[in-house]
Amino acid sequence: MKFLGEKGVRRVLAGIAFSAISALLLIALFIIKEGLPFIISYGPVKFLLSSDWQPQAGKFGIWPMIVASVWVTLGAMLVGAPLGVACAVYLTEFVPRRVMGVIKPTIELLAGIPSVVYGFIGVMVLAPLIRSQLGGPGLSVLAGAIILGVMILPTIISISIDSIQSVPNSYREGSLALGATHWQTTHMVTVPAAKSGIIAAIILGMGRAIGETMAVIMVAGNAVKIPGSALDSVRTLTANIALEMGYATGQHRQALFATGVVLLIIIMILNSLAGMAIRKRAGKR
Amino acid sequence: MRIPPRYTQTAAKLVMGLATLATLAILVFIILFVLEKGLPVVGFKFLLSAPRDMGKAGGIFPVVVGTILLTLVAILIATPLGVGTAIYLTEYTRESRATRIIRFGADCLAGIPSIIFGLFGFIFFVTILQMGWSILSGGLTLAFMILPTIIRTSEEAIKSVPNSYREVSFSLGATRWETVQKVVLPSALPGIVTGVMLGVGRSIGETAAVIFTAGSSLRMPSSLFDSVRTMSVHFYILAREGISTENAYGTAAILVITILLINLTAYGLMNRFVAKNN
Repeated sequence: MKFLGEKGVRRVLAGIAFSAISALLLIALFIIKEGLPFIISYGPVKFLLSSDWQPQAGKFGIWPMIVASVWVTLGAMLVGAPLGVACAVYLTEFVPRRVMGVIKPTIELLAGIPSVVYGFIGVMVLAPLIRSQLGGPGLSVLAGAIILGVMILPTIISISIDSIQSVPNSYREGSLALGATHWQTTHMVTVPAAKSGIIAAIILGMGRAIGETMAVIMVAGNAVKIPGSALDSVRTLTANIALEMGYATGQHRQALFATGVVLLIIIMILNSLAGMAIRKRAGKR
Repeated sequence: MRIPPRYTQTAAKLVMGLATLATLAILVFIILFVLEKGLPVVGFKFLLSAPRDMGKAGGIFPVVVGTILLTLVAILIATPLGVGTAIYLTEYTRESRATRIIRFGADCLAGIPSIIFGLFGFIFFVTILQMGWSILSGGLTLAFMILPTIIRTSEEAIKSVPNSYREVSFSLGATRWETVQKVVLPSALPGIVTGVMLGVGRSIGETAAVIFTAGSSLRMPSSLFDSVRTMSVHFYILAREGISTENAYGTAAILVITILLINLTAYGLMNRFVAKNN
């Protein structure tokens, strides 16, 4: 790169540095370009709030998928958030540093397990269990929620641990010096001080859950209907795209991109909320 | 009636300890379950022979080759972009509106679900740029996906190179770029490699973004414009279409072992790197 000279190198690097934001814009641009015209021509209200999804008949209402995504994601949060936060608090406050130094990387390592593997375990182990114990088809909101809840554990735990660790030790010492027990200190001082980081962790986990595709396709059953109970089979927004993308053409394909637009908007909202929570914490220091 | 703080503490510790134990147990169970069912199928013959009958019998050789090629393309594209971005952010600018935009872009990109990457790759690389379902389309899509990971890890690695290294190099008359090339990058290398390896792990495990961009051909690829099926996609198809539970477990076991080994090496490198620089 000698021929470029120092200034040239700087320019090239500056250009490269904008690759990520360019990629982001390119992705948003093309998804919106393919999906938005359809939403407008079909009618946003009809597209979002009608329950009729019959691509062959030209009916594209994604309300059941929106409801399904919300239920499965909320279910996943019910499983993942308490378990993850409890785990993070226990590991940072009640376990020797050395033990935590082993367990945290182990949990992060497990974040690398592909989503298809989680889905497969759901199909082979969890769904039969639900079918035999609770009834219903097994592949259901409940199965999806549990599998997603487990999948987002590493995200929630890892980010929560970082935020709890960044609480200054003087806070803890102050509380202990006042005669509070270790647990009182934890739940009245340390955790509240780390609150915004923990909230960010939960929101990011939520983003992962709502965006997850393969595991959910495998375990949630994929029936297009508004679930009557947690044991009903459902199809999420992501599953809807992935299941039909392979053969969709024309208006049907546009409708799937439009589903992608809806998903993208939800994710952007969640990410900005998480970003706000993180910045709030940074502002406090 | 007030419960003494000692008791609530014991109860809280118990509950949280159980939650931790449950979390670890679930995660360990998943790995052991896959290995137990899959390892009996796995062997050199499984890895190195061609699949027969849509994967019902035979091995997964073209799938392994496809996975490696796709990952290589992704890494070869994402690494220069990611490391270049990290060098620019750490060595060439101060915090400004531009760096905030760059970081914001990387953060947002990291949060985008893989199915959206798949949709984008399908419409942009496969359809508009007419690359078809191919190694190139899939690799480019994956490159976009792992870019934020590589930027983030490389930035951390470069930041942790002590400033004195740079000062010595400058004082010897080296230019900024010479310093970056000969002093900063070599010292930051283990950290950068960690980021790249995490990217490799993500590429190998990805399904949704790959299935719509690289396709699912089981044939041996002969050029970058051929469609391939990665291990994750193969596993998904075997499992979902009920082609062969046995071979699905075998593929899953290889997938999990590969990814765990890669991530383990990455973390190992990172730890040694951090220890060295402190």
